[in-house]
Amino acid sequence: MNLHEYQAKSLFAEYGLPVSKGQAVDTPEQAAAAAADIGGDRWVVKAQVHAGGRGKAGGVKLVNSAEEAAAFTEQWLGKKLVTYQTDAEGQPVSKILVESCTDIDQELYLGAVLDRATRRVVFMASTEGGVEIEKVAEETPGKILKASIDPLTGAQAYQGRDLAFRLGLQGAQIKQFTQLFMGLAALFQDLDLALLEINPLVITSEGNLHCLDGKINIDSNALYRQPKLQAMHDPSQEDEREAQAAKWELNYVALDGNIGCMVNGAGLAMGTMDIVQLHGGRPANFLDVGGGATRERVSEAFKIILSDQNVAAVLVNIFGGIVRCDLIAEGVIGAVEEVGVKVPVVVRLEGNNAELGREVLASSRLNIIAADSLSDAAEKVVVAASGDSQ
Amino acid sequence: MSILVNKDTKVICQGFTGSQGTFHSEQAIAYGTQLVGGVTPGKGGQTHLGLPVFNTVQEAFEATKADASAIYVPAPFCKDSILEAADAGIKLIVCITEGIPTLDMLVAKEKCDQLGIRLIGPNCPGVITPGECKIGIMPGHIHLPGKVGIVSRSGTLTYEAVKQTTDHGFGQSSCVGIGGDPIPGSNFIDVLGMFESDPATEAIVMIGEIGGTAEEEAAAFIKQQVSKPVVAYIAGVTAPPGKRMGHAGAIISGGKGTADEKFAALSDAGVKTVRSLADIGAGLSEITGWAAS
Repeated sequence: MNLHEYQAKSLFAEYGLPVSKGQAVDTPEQAAAAAADIGGDRWVVKAQVHAGGRGKAGGVKLVNSAEEAAAFTEQWLGKKLVTYQTDAEGQPVSKILVESCTDIDQELYLGAVLDRATRRVVFMASTEGGVEIEKVAEETPGKILKASIDPLTGAQAYQGRDLAFRLGLQGAQIKQFTQLFMGLAALFQDLDLALLEINPLVITSEGNLHCLDGKINIDSNALYRQPKLQAMHDPSQEDEREAQAAKWELNYVALDGNIGCMVNGAGLAMGTMDIVQLHGGRPANFLDVGGGATRERVSEAFKIILSDQNVAAVLVNIFGGIVRCDLIAEGVIGAVEEVGVKVPVVVRLEGNNAELGREVLASSRLNIIAADSLSDAAEKVVVAASGDSQ
Repeated sequence: MSILVNKDTKVICQGFTGSQGTFHSEQAIAYGTQLVGGVTPGKGGQTHLGLPVFNTVQEAFEATKADASAIYVPAPFCKDSILEAADAGIKLIVCITEGIPTLDMLVAKEKCDQLGIRLIGPNCPGVITPGECKIGIMPGHIHLPGKVGIVSRSGTLTYEAVKQTTDHGFGQSSCVGIGGDPIPGSNFIDVLGMFESDPATEAIVMIGEIGGTAEEEAAAFIKQQVSKPVVAYIAGVTAPPGKRMGHAGAIISGGKGTADEKFAALSDAGVKTVRSLADIGAGLSEITGWAAS
């Protein structure tokens, strides 16, 4: 789960990390009031969406008056911001962050991720801040400095000092950076983060370190024990169908093809999409109905798949390990009747009682095509989808 | 022969009296697994499925001298359960549960490594040596004792590979689901090394998916240290970047972890790669010369 910049910065502030004075607002009047409240004569106003590249897309602006802050808010609230990280539709803007303006001397980068290969949380720092860090890593990997955290002991201050010296920081900045590093490490651990990024971490014209941006991603598996973060969830930033699917504990990801897929198991769901493409079709979605493919869950899954107008045929691929395929077949028939599925449905059942399951399907007199193998199913659904669209 | 488990493996179950633990323990007993007891705190002294229930893993281990533990407890309690089993001296821990916080797994994995304990999973179907011992949630009836070792990040994809090797008459020596999480207790390299040393395993099927670099690391290992023929399939060619595809570990991030990169690394290591998951059995026939029976 991602957080907005203003949420990330409020967490930074709680951990004593240096962030700008700012307020997140949702009306132009509030924006003007926030500017007055923050004080000074220049402010930065930033559209809050779950995507990078906001500056280039016009979603960040330096303003010189409270009226300008209000005008920017008026311009963006309720609109969608399109950046190189969003899709063509863009992400809806429902909050604007108004912040005091910071004079920048130098831009650095500081981030932390879970490194799967070494099984450690790894901090990365670089003198090349304010740009795409992936590019820096690709082109000049030597400019990414790393510190690996032992899961049994946690981060140590010497690791922060080491990074600070290697970044070329001076005097009081060494202590500031070490505190920042230790604070972020505590935040990562306490809040079950999966990713943390400050880009840029700046050195102000006064020579102090300051967090100018903040990106936080939380481990979804740990949300159950992070009630404060649950409350920060913003469903408006997510695909509507994916959010609907999540309510039923179905894993759904929208794609741009026309063949809907309903599969049990995440790996098999991906494998099914791949085999559809291999036979010349284009999958419309990833959907894992999970182990207990009951009639209720199958019905909900059909509803979500068919809410995508592009879907011209549906492939149901179930490997009945312990559950009986004839029961799944009845579930599919019931769901097709209940939901009123109009497009052709190809069903491949394998495993426990598969033969019986196929017989149940064949005798249903609904628009259900039984397939006798995975390849057969892929071929049949590709034909069914193209027949429908012609 | 086989790897990890066989007919002599004594198994306990953590979360024994819960619905998952009960159901899959019944299935394991029916399959012939030597289940010797289970653990549910507060229910020690009772009998469940005809077997003794213990309050702690330590008590269960002392009474049964179990070699392995199957963990079915809910995700919030898994770190505790894994560490309890490790501390008690259980040498093989198989954790089936999905949804364990990643930071919990970092600690559990590190501790198991320090104690020299083999951890399989989490978020996996488990381990089976057909005809001898089943620890996990895989359907026993699709397996056939035989000569192919199967290692996979996905449950249902493992079943597909099992079915094809059974249908072709090759059978399986052992099958290991390493799980779909970003921090697995054991990785491909661990299991490939065991299959390489196992006389009963004549060929290996490896099933990977998008996300991380475990398949690339496995490819480098195969090139250096695996002499047996390997067939590999990678799921997720059509997966979009930045989206978690069901499994916590199945995500292409920063342009890394794509199926194409993994296929390329494996092909380069001399592995027979198949682009369709329906071709695993045929791929095995091709590189081994075995005729389907």
